[in-house]
Amino acid sequence: MIVRILVAAVAVAVGASTVVAQQDAIAARKALMKATGAQTAIAVKMVKGDEPFDLAKAKAVFVAYQDAAAKGPGLFPANAKEGGDTTAAPKIWGSKADFDAKFAKFGADAKAAEAKVVDLATLKASFGEVSKNCAGCHNEYRVKK
Amino acid sequence: MLRKFAAFVLFAAVVGIAVYWFVTTPKTVSAAALPAYTPNLANGETMFNAGGCASCHASDKENRTLLGGGMALPSPFGTFHVPNISPNPADGIGRWSEADFVTAMTKGTSPDGSHYFPSFPYTSYASMKLEDVRDLFAYLKTLPQAAGKAPPHDLPFPFNIRRNLGGWKFLFFDDKPFVADATKSPQWNRGAYLVNGPGHCAECHSPRNLLGGLVASQRFAGGPDPEGKGWVPNITQKGLSGWSDKDIAYFLESGMTPEGDSAGGSMTRVIENTAKLSDEDRMAMAVYLKSLAPVDGPARPGKS
Repeated sequence: MIVRILVAAVAVAVGASTVVAQQDAIAARKALMKATGAQTAIAVKMVKGDEPFDLAKAKAVFVAYQDAAAKGPGLFPANAKEGGDTTAAPKIWGSKADFDAKFAKFGADAKAAEAKVVDLATLKASFGEVSKNCAGCHNEYRVKK
Repeated sequence: MLRKFAAFVLFAAVVGIAVYWFVTTPKTVSAAALPAYTPNLANGETMFNAGGCASCHASDKENRTLLGGGMALPSPFGTFHVPNISPNPADGIGRWSEADFVTAMTKGTSPDGSHYFPSFPYTSYASMKLEDVRDLFAYLKTLPQAAGKAPPHDLPFPFNIRRNLGGWKFLFFDDKPFVADATKSPQWNRGAYLVNGPGHCAECHSPRNLLGGLVASQRFAGGPDPEGKGWVPNITQKGLSGWSDKDIAYFLESGMTPEGDSAGGSMTRVIENTAKLSDEDRMAMAVYLKSLAPVDGPARPGKS
């Protein structure tokens, strides 16, 4: 009897922590996307001329991209396909290798861009290149809601 | 009495059929109506990009000038299969005359004299300048040939009866050319032309009625994605009041929103075209869009 209660308790605990992990991953990747978007908005403002070019800020955008690219693949565990409000496409988990490779390329491109940027012209060029990764991945792996 | 009634029914039927036949007769543009002209290929390319031909007709993801078609375009009326418009004489439009092309673009009528479905946005292209259409035709002729024909459209009765589209056109198709508004700047007029004519933005960014006609009072106010999933944003000032003209122009160039998100859905294909336009043309479109009065679109279900 005691054993049964223990087993049940463990099962409930495991189940609960799975839910927590799943919710955590979804929340964490959404926060990461949001932070990355906020950095992108800074670059967009500079490229459009709404804000003056600032080398430190420009480099920070590409550093944030590398950070996102490094963390990204870990935030899509198999137990966080659905549940919660997510726009992650189920096909991510059917082609996880390609999905992860896209993050790797994004990270590499961002690193190259960080090294290249010196002024507004180089920001415009390298940001244009790196940001193609956003749409490239979103088109395939984000569902429309 | 019965004989009189029968005669009346017969008369009404004959009149009805005559009216149906008259209303649904496809219109054409004859070669004789086209004055002598030397096409401008550079402008043809601009029209190709503004018109977004590649968005639907490109058969190769990596090469947007290979226009073999084949894409399936879902809609509430069935699935359309996009045709080959490369210069291939057997599968594409290689054998078309210039008048055939002008007829297709501005009247929505095929070379064999039948109606096109408005999934091909001639409803917008009809307002293009004749010179722009002719330049586009000349440009398309310079593109590589693609082989292969798309399967026929997959539409249930009665939508598969092309003749009926004459009735649809009678209700919803205005084939008048664009008229510039003299009270507005040349930039605004250029933008209005690009957005409403070749750009055919309203085709997706407006709600449609039960028969698939655009709801004129809610033009540009967004609505359910005609391809099925998701929602097309309101691009009147109801939806874009927070965007500056620069924001819109940059979005058309890069696909990046001011919030730092990337364009989604079919808009990504649109951006591949608008990215190739000149800064001036993108800004003209932005200036025109910024001038659109705020209009409420249909309510979006389940999402604030």
